[in-house]
Amino acid sequence: MSVTAASGQLESAAAPSGYRLGFARLMLAEWTKIRSVRSTVWSLGIFVVLTVGLTALLCWLTVHAIETAQAPRRSTELVGDPVSFIFQVSLGFGQLAICVLGALTMTTEYSTGVIRASLLAVPKRLPVLAAKCAVFAALIFVVAEIVCFVSFFVGKAVVRPVVDVSLSQPGVTRVVIGAGLYLTVLGLFSLGVGSVIRHSAGAISAVIGMVLVIGPLLSLLDSYSWGRHVHDWFPTVAGSFITRTQLQPDQVLTPWQGFAVFCGWTVLLLAAGAVLLNRRDA
Amino acid sequence: MIEVSDLSKRFGAKLAVDHLSFTVEPGRVTGFLGPNGAGKSTTMRLIVGLDHPSGGFATINGKKYADLVNPLRTVGALLDSKSVHSGRSARNHLLFLAQTQGLPSRRVDELLDLVGLRDVANKRAGGFSLGMGQRLGVAAALLGDPQVLLLDEPVNGLDPEGVLWIRNLMKHLAGEGRTVLVSSHLMNEMAVTADHLIVIGRGRLIVAAATEDVIARGSGQAVRVRTPEPDRLTDLIVAEGGRAIPAVNGSNGAERGDQAPVLTVTGIPAPRIGELAASASIVLHELTPQLGTLEEAFLELTAGSLEFGHLNPEPAGQSTEGTI
Repeated sequence: MSVTAASGQLESAAAPSGYRLGFARLMLAEWTKIRSVRSTVWSLGIFVVLTVGLTALLCWLTVHAIETAQAPRRSTELVGDPVSFIFQVSLGFGQLAICVLGALTMTTEYSTGVIRASLLAVPKRLPVLAAKCAVFAALIFVVAEIVCFVSFFVGKAVVRPVVDVSLSQPGVTRVVIGAGLYLTVLGLFSLGVGSVIRHSAGAISAVIGMVLVIGPLLSLLDSYSWGRHVHDWFPTVAGSFITRTQLQPDQVLTPWQGFAVFCGWTVLLLAAGAVLLNRRDA
Repeated sequence: MIEVSDLSKRFGAKLAVDHLSFTVEPGRVTGFLGPNGAGKSTTMRLIVGLDHPSGGFATINGKKYADLVNPLRTVGALLDSKSVHSGRSARNHLLFLAQTQGLPSRRVDELLDLVGLRDVANKRAGGFSLGMGQRLGVAAALLGDPQVLLLDEPVNGLDPEGVLWIRNLMKHLAGEGRTVLVSSHLMNEMAVTADHLIVIGRGRLIVAAATEDVIARGSGQAVRVRTPEPDRLTDLIVAEGGRAIPAVNGSNGAERGDQAPVLTVTGIPAPRIGELAASASIVLHELTPQLGTLEEAFLELTAGSLEFGHLNPEPAGQSTEGTI
């Protein structure tokens, strides 16, 4: 490659000037980043297949068991709270993919060194995090809502021989929309953990540990009044209330209160991530 | 123009950059020299705001990097460390950078052509060779057609053709009136590229001067001599007041089938060695003045800093005596 070619190219690039650094442009850049790596496609693919597939499979197995083996306990669970039944297991697995994607979206910036390129382009730093959160949240919200509605209608069709469930029943629409909201905030929460911890393995372990281990363990405390508060105020537990139609006995928070608590934790975490992003050397 | 003013950076107990001040003028290639660990990369990271200084500041065209609007259109930086996602294509890497600066995507293709990565633009960058990765880094640096360029060890991993390309590119960019700061630990590379040198060691400024001045004073006076009669020549050299030691590494000649021993002669210039050999009818297979490596020059510079005092109007040591 000759230098002459270089000069020609460079001169032609005395590109339009006078642009101001706009947030929309940063969001476009973050969208380019997020769509151009395989982890996004893989995570969302696994999320879709796992959530919809498990919903169909578990509902079918249960209906089959009820019809052939007359399993009365299963039947009570399903008929008692069909929406929670449709969602609880599939969402429990599907959400792990969202956790992984949320954490990776931030930590790969550090593990690959892209953060340096990003911060050279946007030395004020915070707009990078804000644009990333906005684009990521929008993406997860759209995908999660579609998956939740599809799962609901698939599950509804499968359990129809045993119980009829529809969006018009009390709390059902809130659960289906709320499940998508919960996943969106969970993704942002994971992104926040990633922005604080910065290492993929550490961040993923932390989030999944909270979802799968600490949350369920805290339910052991519910024979104490303070224990119920600790349990209900724990981020991922509080957030998950919105995905159930019925309150647990002695539940401290209502579904929307729980969701607000989860949002609060997420904002705190992202704020911590923002402070650290500003303060740390990249 | 880059101005570094009393810049310091402390990592724990180590002062990586120690009250460093210098100016990089536009219109010429300025080499930023120092042995590994001297603080070159850290200084560059401080200039572009990736690291926060412990003291002092750096400005580019009078502004701090963080205050630049569309910084990539003012400053292009190729940093030592990797900054590309291995799973992302070269085109998408440049595209997202272009988007942050409001540059058209056509500009991405121009750069891919310029650095010769057009054919692999849609391949994952993780599969790139070191040289291709370096070309992608150069493309990112030039994306915004910046007036100021910071290149940290840009020829690392490049083949000879690539080295030449970078060298010419830097000279060309400086010729257009841009400010070019390029770091290296290789004196020889800088000798043919840079017009001006800033030499640092242990985070402190050792000398800032025109390249020829630094090389003239900094390079070792060693001459490489290959002869089938090393003992006789050694005697002559010693009699003349010089020193001759057998070179450990004679592999270059051995590859060419020349088994004659190699001497490294110091204290006598090459023409005089030739005269001595001729007067005694000693056959020489090779007589090569050695440009010192930076490490040698650097050792001399630090050992005899008084020698360079007059080249450097503000010796860096003054404000920091006793720190190291």
